[in-house]
Amino acid sequence: MEFKGRTWKFGADVDTDAIIPARYLNTTDPAELAAHCMEDADPDFPNKVKSGDIIIAEKNFGCGSSREHAPICIKAAGVSCVIAKSFARIFYRNSFNIGLPILESPEAVDGIDEGDEVRVDVDNGIIYNLTKGTSFKSTAIPPFMQELIDAGGLINFVRRRLNS
Amino acid sequence: MGMTITEKILAAHAGKASVAPGELINCKLDVVLGNDITAPVAIKEFEKIGVPEVYDKEKVVLVPDHFTPNKDIKSAEQAKILRDFAKKQGLTNYFEVGKMGIEHCLLPEQGIVLPGDCIIGADSHTCTYGALGAFSTGVGSTDMAAAMASGEVWFKVPESIKFVYNGEQLNEWVSGKDLILYTIGDIGVDGALYEAMEFTGPAIRNLSMDGRFSMANMAIEAGGKNGIIEADQTTIDYVEARAKRPYKVYKSDEDAKYERVIEYDVADIEPQVAFPHLPENTKGISEVGTVEIDQSVIGSCTNGRIEDLRIAAKVLKGHEVHPDVRLVVFPGTQQIYKQAMLEGLFEVFVDAGAAISTPTCGPCLGGHMGILAKGERAIATTNRNFVGRMGSPESEVYLSNPAVAAASAILGRIASPEEVE
Ligand code: SF4
Repeated sequence: MEFKGRTWKFGADVDTDAIIPARYLNTTDPAELAAHCMEDADPDFPNKVKSGDIIIAEKNFGCGSSREHAPICIKAAGVSCVIAKSFARIFYRNSFNIGLPILESPEAVDGIDEGDEVRVDVDNGIIYNLTKGTSFKSTAIPPFMQELIDAGGLINFVRRRLNS
Repeated sequence: MGMTITEKILAAHAGKASVAPGELINCKLDVVLGNDITAPVAIKEFEKIGVPEVYDKEKVVLVPDHFTPNKDIKSAEQAKILRDFAKKQGLTNYFEVGKMGIEHCLLPEQGIVLPGDCIIGADSHTCTYGALGAFSTGVGSTDMAAAMASGEVWFKVPESIKFVYNGEQLNEWVSGKDLILYTIGDIGVDGALYEAMEFTGPAIRNLSMDGRFSMANMAIEAGGKNGIIEADQTTIDYVEARAKRPYKVYKSDEDAKYERVIEYDVADIEPQVAFPHLPENTKGISEVGTVEIDQSVIGSCTNGRIEDLRIAAKVLKGHEVHPDVRLVVFPGTQQIYKQAMLEGLFEVFVDAGAAISTPTCGPCLGGHMGILAKGERAIATTNRNFVGRMGSPESEVYLSNPAVAAASAILGRIASPEEVE
């Protein structure tokens, strides 16, 4: 899996209320949710994000609520992947379960400025900053998570197991 | 090598003699929970799996509590998805408005969650049940869907941090809420990321069940996977009358291994206030200064239990809410509501000029029943003060215990109950 895109940078402890405020949780429609993606962190984000863009964030991205609407709206907004120094654990699980690629790499976060062009080689965990000509390693994806990705997400994984 | 209580419960539910931190395991579940925000997504995913029925009609629990009584048409549609699914599946534990309560107050009260259980819920505050000596953690909707079908979930066994609260007696007006706010202020909102938080020590042994629920409830606010307190006589007294099935008490071994041990002396802890916009921004009440408020909210899965309402009423009795403040009180469940009524607490609240709500999450997540306008400021006994949590992204939320929230409602600024004559 490989992605190339322009980056948007966010700070530490971006919580799920900032990613998708509860006032919009009376729907589960991904497109409707995407229209408010990251709104309370950057009100303009839903307008300026383009398909393929990459979110870069400091530590503890996605802390707070268990709402899967958070990774769903990021994915539906067209964001190809999220790179952060660390992720809150429910957000981490949810992202794998719904198929939003996420990578942990403190070095990459420090070495990327907003607007830089970045290429991500997910399989090998390498992040290339094309604007600056640098590259970074990300923390390896645990083998079980890789299995989930290969199966096409948790639901496919469980369906296969229960129906076999 | 000894095991912690978290490791023992996980091992037992994975059918293993022992487990170690970092290990990936598959656990059988005693309870799978969802609410009106998370379960509609889970039900959609469940239907893709292709099994006709949930793994156990007693163990899949649905509580429409966030936007109910339905706040608008869209929320009504979401709640209906739960209701229809519960009917179709014949779920025993579906709680309709009128019987409903905030899920994390309701499940312990109804004896649905018990010591030694392994529980997941599609709600981050599912960690609350750790107060009973259970392993309980929040997940997302897809995990919930998979668990409804299979009765199992995968976990990475977490490392444990042991928190020891020394000292027998809490200072006046200090509660479990203050111990946990103080702890989060100390270790930060990712201080226990991916880890189990085990709360121990003499002060915990002396803590009421309601105080313990407040503590375990906020483990997630430190990034924790679960918060847990070994069951003791206080726990047994609480669950005995409620449990409809057998349960098991687990305790950490003397030689269990902890990633860290953190000790506090409760004599150093005064009532705490968390400033916007993170629960880690805590100050002792004596250091708060003058912070005027527009609203005070007493309730939620952190502090909507009977003890919380009693404390609030004790402070409010004979006083009136400040003319510039709205005070809203949210009992956690119908049972708590009735108990508060019978004890005369409602009379105190109404005489003081407070609004009393039916049980709901309502204002806690900026849903309904007390939304903040731009520039407004609230003190709340809830658990999160993120940007926009209770309404406008330009409003502010301060977190405290019920005594401080009640005193602040009277004085119109964040205040200690000691300041109320
Ligand atoms: S009361 Fe607040 S924190 Fe608790 S479950 Fe409801 S919305 Fe979540």
